[in-house]
Amino acid sequence: MRKFWSFIVYSCLLVCLMGCGGNQNQLSEVKLIKVDGSSTLFPVTEAVAEEFQRQKQGKIRVTVGISGTGGGFKKFIRGEIDIANASRPILKEEMEQARANGIEYIELPVAFDALTVVVNKENNWVDWLSVEELKKVWEPEAQEKIIKWNQIRPEFPDEKIALFGAGADSGTFDYFTDAIVGKPKASRGDYTASEDDNVLVQGVEGNKYALGYIPFAYYEPHKDRMKAVPIKWDKNKVKEPVEPSLENVLKGIYNPLSRPLFIYVNKKSLETKPEVREFVEFYLKNASKLTREVKYLPLPDSAYELCLQRLQKMQAGTAFGGIPEVGLSVEEIMNREPKS
Amino acid sequence: MSDFARIIKKRKREDFIFNIIGIICTLIGIVTLGALIVDLVMDGLPRLNWQFLTSYPSRFADKAGILSAWVGTLLIMMVTTVIAVPLGVAAGIYLEEYARRNWLTNLIEINIANLAGVPSIIYGLMALGLLVYQLNLGQSVLTGGLTLSFLILPIVIVATREALRTIPQGIREAALALGSTNWQVVRYHLLPYSTGGILTGVIIALSRAIGETAPLVTIGALTFIAFLPPSPIQSEPPYISFDWLWSPFSVLPIQMFNWVSRPDREFAVNAAGAGLALITVTLALNAAAIYLRYRMRKRITW
Repeated sequence: MRKFWSFIVYSCLLVCLMGCGGNQNQLSEVKLIKVDGSSTLFPVTEAVAEEFQRQKQGKIRVTVGISGTGGGFKKFIRGEIDIANASRPILKEEMEQARANGIEYIELPVAFDALTVVVNKENNWVDWLSVEELKKVWEPEAQEKIIKWNQIRPEFPDEKIALFGAGADSGTFDYFTDAIVGKPKASRGDYTASEDDNVLVQGVEGNKYALGYIPFAYYEPHKDRMKAVPIKWDKNKVKEPVEPSLENVLKGIYNPLSRPLFIYVNKKSLETKPEVREFVEFYLKNASKLTREVKYLPLPDSAYELCLQRLQKMQAGTAFGGIPEVGLSVEEIMNREPKS
Repeated sequence: MSDFARIIKKRKREDFIFNIIGIICTLIGIVTLGALIVDLVMDGLPRLNWQFLTSYPSRFADKAGILSAWVGTLLIMMVTTVIAVPLGVAAGIYLEEYARRNWLTNLIEINIANLAGVPSIIYGLMALGLLVYQLNLGQSVLTGGLTLSFLILPIVIVATREALRTIPQGIREAALALGSTNWQVVRYHLLPYSTGGILTGVIIALSRAIGETAPLVTIGALTFIAFLPPSPIQSEPPYISFDWLWSPFSVLPIQMFNWVSRPDREFAVNAAGAGLALITVTLALNAAAIYLRYRMRKRITW
């Protein structure tokens, strides 16, 4: 029996050695940059981290987590991580806690996210929708009332709408409800909701009378199997309906459904850890190329320039004052004086 | 007489019908599992190669791999085993062989049964509050291992007690009659006879723990990590290092979850590959459990 137990113990040890054998670096000697936060921004930061580590040949290590924007900010405010990925600006309470903990941060937009309103390939009646029409469909009052296409516009068919949208825990849900209904998290509840956007994609592809919204990154690979709906917004710079595309987002006219994604960098990390500064600079210089590679939407090149300037001047704080706003262009964000 | 024959016929028919229902119920389970595995193998098998097992995560689906994930899973499971098995077995032995039956042990027993049913995310929240913030263990391999050992501790305790209960009372009485102390009875008679049962329980508990995602995400397991924990064996004295306990980590289910939710469909293949790796490990653990039980049973001669 003793033989048996020692066999178990030794085999465990052996396997462990095999697992770690290739690595001889002491943890304490290697520089570590910790990033956590939004899962929307994750693919971009992952790509940057991957490239950065390759260039540094393992001398600097980067870890990226997906605790979500809120979870990431919580860790950021406790000083546990150097950089927070965020799909929305920092909120008032988070600003206050950061101030109480003496955490200063630099806010840098790094990419765009565009929500795409999609319909089935065979849908031949929708050529555009206005924000008001979308609001009519998605606001909480629409629950069990707006159920047919011809209730949106009389010339649409007399058929039931199959609605697909983001689940209530996702940042996509917050942003869509804020931009369309006018209040974050205000939405009807009787639709097919999923945190997994691929489920929504399949739903819309399979139902002729479907109407849904998904992040642009999920629409792009399925372009030929579904239709994106151009959006008309009265407060927009352009009065015609605008369809979601890289050019329109870069021009800043795909509103209100495009939003910037941010990284928040701890100012103290920037001052005390040269590798963090190096990483952030690398991020801003390569973001344009790498966002395209992971099929996200980059900012205009001028915006990355402005970000680098802000980094150089170490301007701490947020341009939003704790209240998310809809339909801002990057230039407007970068031209505001950040306040903490 | 014809009445009698009719009743017999009716009973036989009922028996037959139940038989059919039983077969259908069994088949539903087996066919579902089979379809799941076949689907996973078809999607994942082409992806499961040496490159996949020895690469770090990447933005390119075809260059990405599960190295940091499976090493993380392995280390976590090791820590979990080292902590949960001695604690669980000792607690099981105490409750079964030493403890007097009174309201306190009854209360403990009920609570252990309840703990086995607590959703795993609750353990994650507990670990976040206690281990990460109070004890400052950080988002490390140690924290992950401790969290999962809390999770499977009740299962190990219950399995140990069940295994001890199957040993005939006569063995204990005979040993005690010969002057053995309680400890000697446990050490030389009960433990050897129950090892098979205990091991089965431990392995089933571990194969539950290996698929857990929620508690590890809660304590802050990472998704992108392109390095391994430091090696426990060093080239210079003191040769053995426990630095890996403090290292950040990722595990297979988390890596899989991340790949499933990516927009690029090529990552779905990677997810299937990672799933296949995970299922292989789980099935191997279960097979080991069955084999061990068989071997241990054969050796028992009472």
